[in-house]
Amino acid sequence: MPLPDKRSDICEAISLIGDGASVMLGGFGVPGTPFSLIRELVRRGPRDLTVIKNDANEAGMGVDWLLENCQVAKLVTSHIGLNPTAMRMMNDGTIEVEFVPQGVLAERIRVAGAGMMGFVSDIGLGTAVADGKQRVEVEGKTGIVETALRADFALIHANKADAFGNLTFSAAARNFNPIMAMAAGRTIVEAEAIVPFGALEPENVHLTGAFVDAVVELNELPEVYGVVKR
Amino acid sequence: MSSNAKARLLKRAAADILGGMTVNLGIGLPTEVLQYVSPGTPVCLHSENGIAGVGPVLSPEKADRNLIDAGGAYVSSIPGTAFFDSAVSFAIVRSGRLDLSLLGAFQVAANGDLANWKIPGKFSPGMGGAIELAQKARRVGVVMMHTDSKGNPKILGQCTLPLTATGRVNRIYTDMAVFDVAADGLHLREIADGTSIAALKAVTGAAFLIPNHDLSRF
Repeated sequence: MPLPDKRSDICEAISLIGDGASVMLGGFGVPGTPFSLIRELVRRGPRDLTVIKNDANEAGMGVDWLLENCQVAKLVTSHIGLNPTAMRMMNDGTIEVEFVPQGVLAERIRVAGAGMMGFVSDIGLGTAVADGKQRVEVEGKTGIVETALRADFALIHANKADAFGNLTFSAAARNFNPIMAMAAGRTIVEAEAIVPFGALEPENVHLTGAFVDAVVELNELPEVYGVVKR
Repeated sequence: MSSNAKARLLKRAAADILGGMTVNLGIGLPTEVLQYVSPGTPVCLHSENGIAGVGPVLSPEKADRNLIDAGGAYVSSIPGTAFFDSAVSFAIVRSGRLDLSLLGAFQVAANGDLANWKIPGKFSPGMGGAIELAQKARRVGVVMMHTDSKGNPKILGQCTLPLTATGRVNRIYTDMAVFDVAADGLHLREIADGTSIAALKAVTGAAFLIPNHDLSRF
């Protein structure tokens, strides 16, 4: 019994994302950011998106394309300091920005992918980060309820994939990719290479294709994936 | 700050990075501390974006496009490096596996409160991983200039900026002095060569305890 083949055309994969969708984007800085899928999302142009990404990339890259094209209503993120467009749009009220401590962001995504409703932590107690959040007592200690963070779509960048969507990631390009892939209603992967079944060692698959809905092969890597010259 | 004073500060902070530790270094001065840690010291450097065992920074020509640290520098792997996802990365931080976090600061209070992520109306890029690093590392050191660019004290009786964490800073390293935060207040531990206690008091916004023996110099 062979595994299902989820290879997809990039246009078809992204065409399902409509106005008002919530979209997780993998990546921490350049590594792991699915630039080609984002480029296609810009080409199709759905608006009022809620974008969930660790950071807002930099000017002229990734999230910045969506911001410049006025497709983003809300950004859920941990840090946008390298993107002046995001800072400006936040400050003038064009977009809403929800800042989440990086590890809380990761864990809210992870628990969503694990099918849970949330978790209890003490991160941010005593700071403004805890304001307005539900508090509970656990074993005599005060904790904050952090809700699971899901999205309609996750756009993921992988190094290698097979047709089922088993994935491997390169170096620090893993970051939010595997957990976001688990936390979305529909997970779309761009892979630098799609390899034949069996070419990925089962012991070294970083994310099972059970979490993946569509796999797009990148035929070339545009310059944006390269080393950033500063 | 003269390059001498900066080197002295970095060198002093580096002396507290001990063999066997897992350490996270914040952007700016904390990252620069690394150049004063002896290359032979067995230390596991952690980076929030999913690396344990961060190797040296590489030139753009030698860089791996997929291998940056949390500050965006192109780093390398060394024998024993591991990569993992962001949830695992912060599991290391929260669960007590991170022995030392060195962070920058806008303000530190005598009770160990830290403000380093937001200046309302001026600077609000988001907290990144700072809140977890400050709240959950076993030991937290602040590495900073003693005053801001206008000469105002950064060590205060109470922080006025939004807090990153409450009561979590253990030690403060500046170009002028080293302080420890204890239950009974701020203790002056060491003073920089060429600095007097009177000069230090003039630019410190909190009272501090002075030992009744000769202060070590650094």
